[in-house]
Amino acid sequence: MEVAVFIVSAVVVLSGALGVLLARNPVHAALFLVQTLFGVAVLFVLLDATFLAAVQVMVYAGAIVILFLFVIMLLGVDRADDLGIEPIAGQRPLAAVVGMSLAGLLATVLLVAVDGLTGAPAGTPIGDAGDNTRRLGEALFTDMVFAVELTAILLTVAVVGAVALARRLSGPMQPLPVVAIAEVDDDPDEATGDDS
Amino acid sequence: MIAALTTPYVAWWALVPLITFAVAGFLLLTVASLVRRLPAVLAPAWTAVAGLGVLLYLVPMWSRVGRDGADSFLAGTVGVDRSSIFVTGILAVAVIAAALISRDYLPREDLPGVELYVLLLMSAAGGVVMASANDLIVLFLGLEILSIAVYVLAALHLRRIESQEAALKYFLLGAFSSAFLLYGIALVYGATGSTNMVRISAFLAQNVLVDDAMLLAGLGLLLVGLGFKVAVVPFHAWTPDVYQGAPTPVVAWMAAGVKAAGFAALMRVFVLTLGTYVSDWRPAFQVIAAATVLAGAVVAVVQTDVKRMLAYSSIVHAGFILVGLQAATDRGNSSVLAYLAVYAFLTVGSFAVVTVVSGTGDASHGLDAYRGMGRRHPALAGVFTVLLLGQAGIPFTGGFVVKLGVLAAAVDGGAYWLAGVAMLAAAVAAFVYLRLLVAMYLEEVPSGTETSGAVPLGALVVAVASAVIVLVVGLVPGPLLDLARDAVPVLVAG
Amino acid sequence: MSDYLRNWLTLVVFGGVAVLLVGAFLGLGSLVRPSRQTSQKAVVYESGVDPQGDMWSQSNIRYYVFALMFVLFDVEAVFIFPWATRLEVYDVFGLVEMAIFIFILALGLFYAWRKGLLRWI
Repeated sequence: MEVAVFIVSAVVVLSGALGVLLARNPVHAALFLVQTLFGVAVLFVLLDATFLAAVQVMVYAGAIVILFLFVIMLLGVDRADDLGIEPIAGQRPLAAVVGMSLAGLLATVLLVAVDGLTGAPAGTPIGDAGDNTRRLGEALFTDMVFAVELTAILLTVAVVGAVALARRLSGPMQPLPVVAIAEVDDDPDEATGDDS
Repeated sequence: MIAALTTPYVAWWALVPLITFAVAGFLLLTVASLVRRLPAVLAPAWTAVAGLGVLLYLVPMWSRVGRDGADSFLAGTVGVDRSSIFVTGILAVAVIAAALISRDYLPREDLPGVELYVLLLMSAAGGVVMASANDLIVLFLGLEILSIAVYVLAALHLRRIESQEAALKYFLLGAFSSAFLLYGIALVYGATGSTNMVRISAFLAQNVLVDDAMLLAGLGLLLVGLGFKVAVVPFHAWTPDVYQGAPTPVVAWMAAGVKAAGFAALMRVFVLTLGTYVSDWRPAFQVIAAATVLAGAVVAVVQTDVKRMLAYSSIVHAGFILVGLQAATDRGNSSVLAYLAVYAFLTVGSFAVVTVVSGTGDASHGLDAYRGMGRRHPALAGVFTVLLLGQAGIPFTGGFVVKLGVLAAAVDGGAYWLAGVAMLAAAVAAFVYLRLLVAMYLEEVPSGTETSGAVPLGALVVAVASAVIVLVVGLVPGPLLDLARDAVPVLVAG
Repeated sequence: MSDYLRNWLTLVVFGGVAVLLVGAFLGLGSLVRPSRQTSQKAVVYESGVDPQGDMWSQSNIRYYVFALMFVLFDVEAVFIFPWATRLEVYDVFGLVEMAIFIFILALGLFYAWRKGLLRWI
């Protein structure tokens, strides 16, 4: 049964990931990502990491993908870029080769190293689902307390950054360099950038 | 049954630099939210005072660690040793310099001011975390605080599209490299059963792994992630574009502060934590170091934009630091720290001059802007000359002393070929600086170039102070080398 | 039947009930309510704003800040939850810790609010 659930969710995860890569419409890609993230959440449940599964659904499938969709809408979905153009000749095949070999290397390592996977025991097995969450809390708020507070700083920095960048300035913008103007010819608003 | 958990021990005295930076940033943020129009001088002054305060506090901290030895606290996730204090000092210097350069830069560019200082302080806090992390997760969080703040800083020139472009490139590649780092941490955790550096190194010292493929893969990924942050070949491709596009004061911080924090992290992770695997990672480090110094020097020669030139020269410097780091000895570590210190002064000074020369709009970075500078701005040109000679590693400057240090460490470790390659690269790179000097002193002022007015005080102070320090270190290298020698990085269990 | 299977059975039952419940409400509604179609009713619902142009229009960057705030406090909730499950054991230490955590995040929200980024359009 566990194997069956694993296979089903693995298929869900992988097909979602493929969908992200192959979907031409970025909104569809984001929705495929939701599928993948849900599948991962099921895998977490299989591993008895229920809290992690809930977080996965809440934060990733919920909040993060919403954020992605906002960005996609911000950029405008309808303006599809011509993906056929390669800025630097030959970089795509090269990237594919390098990416594949890295993936292959990591997969081989994980397969080969299964026996000697870990030298040290990473801790005692954790009991039922509720206990799992409590133990996680204990670890977070005693041993990893510094990391928790750092996370708060990290998130605040992100907010400050977003606010600083989302703001409009009054006064003139610098003209675009000549090359850039030629590219965005059809969108005069963007070239001046000063529409506040 | 309610039994209170044992709460971890906190050595507050060792957290003061981090807390100072973070609280200074948050206070500035709050004040900026409450008061609509702040006096323009407040934020830079506040930032510089915070940096200065940290710098002064490091003196008693240094002697305390010398007396009581290194310590580790918060359940062993943070450590304090003299090397982390040393790097914190470099970060504080870089913060002060960046704040002083920005003081006149932001009004000149008509940009709103407070966020730059807030983010600068925050990223300094992140850098301090990286320099004193004893746990890979804490290290990663410090790196992310530092990086995210710097991504935004790079985009802060909201009136220049190149600034946004630079930030986007930096952000995309940076996020990618963070993923590599995280994957590396996960694999190392899988192989050793801990993310705590002390426990990892103890585990590797006591056990021989039957199958260390996973650890080695994790090690490689960690190298990719951290190598990106310090911009070594082949993870350097972002550097010229980002340096060229980002606001110049931010570049000063990126080159001095981010690099120092990145190398501190490399030292903690590789030399200290994975020291038992030195024979596995050293060849990689050597190849990367050789490629970095060579590629950086050769490509720097053909640049026409001074900011790009300095970007490639910073890559060469990163390669040199790596030459010292790969030795993985006390001597190597202290040579790395000394190099980072002198390099910080060299680079903030140089970018202070570049900020002044670039003129309103932060756009004129061509060699033309520097032609005839010796006649128009003799003082500024003189300072820049000292800094360029320092970068080239001419004797009697600090640059020579520290270059000698890393080369000696490499030769000490038997890496003769690497030292030879580095010397060759230094000779090639010297040509770059020479070209700038020729432009400044021997070439005519192109007609139509307006003679820019008075040099702003903040940038002038930074440039002059850096030049003086570089000269002093060159003439009397003893004190700095002693400090760097005493700044031994150690891992202690909490 | 194994414990494991029984756990999944609960899930399946819950899922089935959820689908049934929603179906029942919607089905009941469609049987009971009157159906008078006007052209106004066929217009896409856009929170009271007249829909116009392409549905994939470019949105304002300000929405992004809202979304980011949402993520921020989502993550905050993730940290608060495991803390709340063992509230009693953390004592004052845990309280101070969580207070700092929330305070730092609130500073970011405060800043965004004061900069006027939270004003709707």
